Amino acid sequence: MSNKEWPLWEVFIRAKQGLNHKHVGSLHAADVQMAIENARDVYTRRMEGVSIWVVESKNLHANEPSEQDELFDPANDKIYRHPTFYILPEELNHM
Amino acid sequence: MAEKDLLYNYTLHLADNSMILGQRCGEWCGHGPVLEQDIALTNIALDLIGEARSLYQLAADLKGGSATEDTVAFLRDVLGYKNVLLVEQPNTDWAYTIVRQFFYDVFHFYLHSELIHSTETRLSNIAAKSIKEVTYHLKWSSEWMIRLGDGTDLSRDKMQEAVNGLWEFTGELFMPSKIEQQAFEAGFAPDLNILKPMWQEKVEDILAESTLYIPEREYQQKGGKTGVHSEHMGFILADMQFLQRAYPGANW
Amino acid sequence: MEINLEEAFQKRIDDEIKIEPRDWMPEKYRKTLLRQISQHAHSEIVGMLPEGNWITRAPNLRRKVALLAKVQDEAGHGLYLYSAAETLGMSRDEMLNELHIGKAKYSSIFNYPTLTWADMGAIGWLVDGAAIMNQVPLCRASYGPYARAMVRVCKEESFHQRQGYEIMLTLCQGTPEQKAMAQDALNRWWWPSMMMFGPNDDNSPNSAQSTKWKIKRFSNDELRQKFVDVSVPQAEILGITIPDPDLKWNEARGHFDFGVINWDEFNQVVAGNGPCNKQRLKARVDAWEKGAWVREAAVAYAEKREKRNLSKENTNAA
Ligand SMILES: [Fe+2]
Ligand SMILES: [Fe+2]
Ligand SMILES: [Fe+2]
Repeated sequence: MSNKEWPLWEVFIRAKQGLNHKHVGSLHAADVQMAIENARDVYTRRMEGVSIWVVESKNLHANEPSEQDELFDPANDKIYRHPTFYILPEELNHM
Repeated sequence: MAEKDLLYNYTLHLADNSMILGQRCGEWCGHGPVLEQDIALTNIALDLIGEARSLYQLAADLKGGSATEDTVAFLRDVLGYKNVLLVEQPNTDWAYTIVRQFFYDVFHFYLHSELIHSTETRLSNIAAKSIKEVTYHLKWSSEWMIRLGDGTDLSRDKMQEAVNGLWEFTGELFMPSKIEQQAFEAGFAPDLNILKPMWQEKVEDILAESTLYIPEREYQQKGGKTGVHSEHMGFILADMQFLQRAYPGANW
Repeated sequence: MEINLEEAFQKRIDDEIKIEPRDWMPEKYRKTLLRQISQHAHSEIVGMLPEGNWITRAPNLRRKVALLAKVQDEAGHGLYLYSAAETLGMSRDEMLNELHIGKAKYSSIFNYPTLTWADMGAIGWLVDGAAIMNQVPLCRASYGPYARAMVRVCKEESFHQRQGYEIMLTLCQGTPEQKAMAQDALNRWWWPSMMMFGPNDDNSPNSAQSTKWKIKRFSNDELRQKFVDVSVPQAEILGITIPDPDLKWNEARGHFDFGVINWDEFNQVVAGNGPCNKQRLKARVDAWEKGAWVREAAVAYAEKREKRNLSKENTNAA
């Protein structure tokens, strides 16, 4: 008896029109159709979604956590990317 | 039969089918082959019992007096139940459960597709709500038919065995009871003769894709619709009605 | 080097920064979490059985759908938790195997039988209630996937306890027989529920480390006390009596005092000698074994279809 486990899938749900799909968790399914249906049954029982994405977990690529510093720290001092960096006269109110 | 009685009795046909099949599906809860499918089948059970509740509530309204969805569902004995033999067949294993579900889903789907046009708006409203659920059930069970029929040699054998075992209970779906016939003539129920070829075609399509075949045996069982059930039915009701019978009139 | 990593790790935890799956973590942290989360997952799915028992017998249709939905939720909880545990490097099938061979534990409470309908009430009220008390702090556990799974779980649990309490309330307002049924269920479930919080603090060897790692936020005894304090007035509203003659308000402590737990019984059930240990495990193993051909066929079919699609693409390309 072969003992192959059903592959793992990551599930992304759009909670309502206009919002991003958001990662909600994972599940096991033998194929993509089943994964979508399982996602519906598992993750939208309480009207949590209007759209489902599934991707087989092995197809998801991520950066190495060890690269954390070189990837993300350099953004720390680029404060000129933020609106508050610029000093404008108060009369201007909102810009 | 007075129009109201006719509608009441016809409603019971529909309600009892969904109720008993829902009860059977509910037996799987906690015992499914994999967690995800345990959840899926429980969803189907909930849909079916939900539909049964709407129908029993309609039946209780028609009956009037102190009738409720529960008195209608829980206080009839075997002979008063009008569901088909198919839905009361035991779960046996996942193959029997899927094949039973598939045979019934195809019927349920075409029945509701017609029933949404019923002149009786209380029925058409219920059908309109449940057709979405049934469409999903049919998709789910069709996929499982194909997956297991065309899966391994072992799964094909098990599925064929289940098809063979359950085939003789499919004919009853299309043998109108007196009530169904009168309800059709009164204009609020679909003609089962029209549903039959649609059912047959869909079943043949899916069976072909599942590499399964219809058994040669032609004899078809009947009786459920008129209360002459299999022996299984008494045990289903013994479970289902235990508390209502042991503590008459109590609130829960 | 190792020392530094471990220090940095502890600092992140102290700073309330969540640990995510691919971050470095001490092997013991990983193992502790894996054991705890998988045990928790097993408890959810074994926990389906005592209540699943009553689905076909629920006394009316409203109760039937509520119970079905509740037991189904527990399957979902198991699923969320297995998923969280899988991020720590063990597959769900491996975890299930450990359950099936008796290596992994699950909550002992589920080794008690459900005899009457009132048990559905008592379980929802007390067992889910105790579980919520244990689980709410876990929503802030230091391990991200666990904390997120617990947020989902806790959101769903709140209906469980309410439905349980409503069942109890209906019984207590019903016939004398029904009220007796409710009292009996409280009698049988009270002490096992108290045991759900685990051994007394001075007898709980791993607690200190788990607290340091912020996997645990409150001690067993703290949570147990909280459970007693909220349950007493709830029982009063029902008009039934908690089966503990030593239960009384302690003005000085601002808490209820309660009697001594029968730890011998607890240890016996943990050791496998509870009334339903064998039956519960057998039900899980049976479900798994009887489902083997189904799981296998689904994989076989998926592979076949993939091959067919590939060859179709190839002929299309050619
Ligand atoms: Fe639980
Ligand atoms: Fe739970
Ligand atoms: Fe729960």
